[in-house]
Amino acid sequence: MYCDRCGSPAAEGEHGPCETARRLEPPRYCTHCRRRMKVQVVPTGWTAGCVEHGVLTSR
Amino acid sequence: MPEILDRARAQVLATGAGLDEEGILEVLRLPDEHLPELLQLAHDVRMKWCGPEVEVEGIVSLKTGGCPEDCHFCSQSGLFASPVRSVWLDIPSLVEAARQTAATGATEFCIVAAVRGPDRRLMDQMREGVKAIREAVDIQVAASLGMLTQEQVDELVEMGVHRYNHNLETCRSYFPNVVTTHSWEERWGTLKMVRDSGMEVCCGGILGLGETIEQRAEFAAQLAELDPHEVPMNFLNPRPGTPLGDQPVVEGRDALRAIAAFRLAMPKTILRYAGGREITLGDLGTRDGLLGGINAVIVGNYLTTLGRPATEDLALLEDLKMPVKALSATL
Repeated sequence: MYCDRCGSPAAEGEHGPCETARRLEPPRYCTHCRRRMKVQVVPTGWTAGCVEHGVLTSR
Repeated sequence: MPEILDRARAQVLATGAGLDEEGILEVLRLPDEHLPELLQLAHDVRMKWCGPEVEVEGIVSLKTGGCPEDCHFCSQSGLFASPVRSVWLDIPSLVEAARQTAATGATEFCIVAAVRGPDRRLMDQMREGVKAIREAVDIQVAASLGMLTQEQVDELVEMGVHRYNHNLETCRSYFPNVVTTHSWEERWGTLKMVRDSGMEVCCGGILGLGETIEQRAEFAAQLAELDPHEVPMNFLNPRPGTPLGDQPVVEGRDALRAIAAFRLAMPKTILRYAGGREITLGDLGTRDGLLGGINAVIVGNYLTTLGRPATEDLALLEDLKMPVKALSATL
């Protein structure tokens, strides 16, 4: 599993700052494969799509 | 009370004439103990020359990422190792975003693209998108598409775009430290064309790019010279992978001092809270800014980062007894 903000392995290193930052950011990396996702932010939400693992939404 | 505040009261509050660069710098240098008086004066100026209403806007990215320019703060530049990927928003999603923005009470919806300037494909997307929004949603459409040619300015006017955003980002003397792929003067040229076309000019920038206090004053004075209809004030939210990714965040007190100083430089301008206020000011600071010169907000999310939920900002405005500007007042 990977950190959805920095893309490095979730079990390695310190991801506290990533967690804090994620309150005001959409995810950028797929947690399953580390691919950069296609992210679309709109005023009331976001979607983040991985070509392999599907689309996440803020809702 | 410091002499500069007396002078600002006599000049800006009484006559509506903004402070010059020297005066702005004096304001930016005021010690913390005078911050409450400064904010009160800026608020008085805003109330006298703009009124209690707050203009609410939503923004959306039509084309995200992959930009050829090297604006050092921007995660959408294709030249940096940013995690932001290139993506286009389809027209139905654009209309839905406008609809949701209008539902918050917003009167402005700004369509933004991460480009040096629009190409034919983007202008065609804009034409289709603006038409679809105007047919379905009761909201004013603004645009931010980078540097324009005269033909593109004319085309946007013909589409019905009523306001154009093009930020100078920072003062002329510091700009080459932030952007090297185009010049401050090129941006100024687009702004002059927009102004001459009759579209409203929206032009602001980002504080906390590493500029000095003197350069912050220079920037406010240059904006005042442009006399834009609206000035969006952003505070740097350092983005991973960009050259300014490790830049410290602006201190809340410095941000509030800057808001008040910009208000005293431009007493009659729409001064809008834009990106970065959440990390620079937090909830309490957001309130202080609205009581210190700000009279417009971007609600909801930004282009690549998230903002406070619109409901929180609207509740704050209600609490402050600041009515949201109605669409009828903007037409």
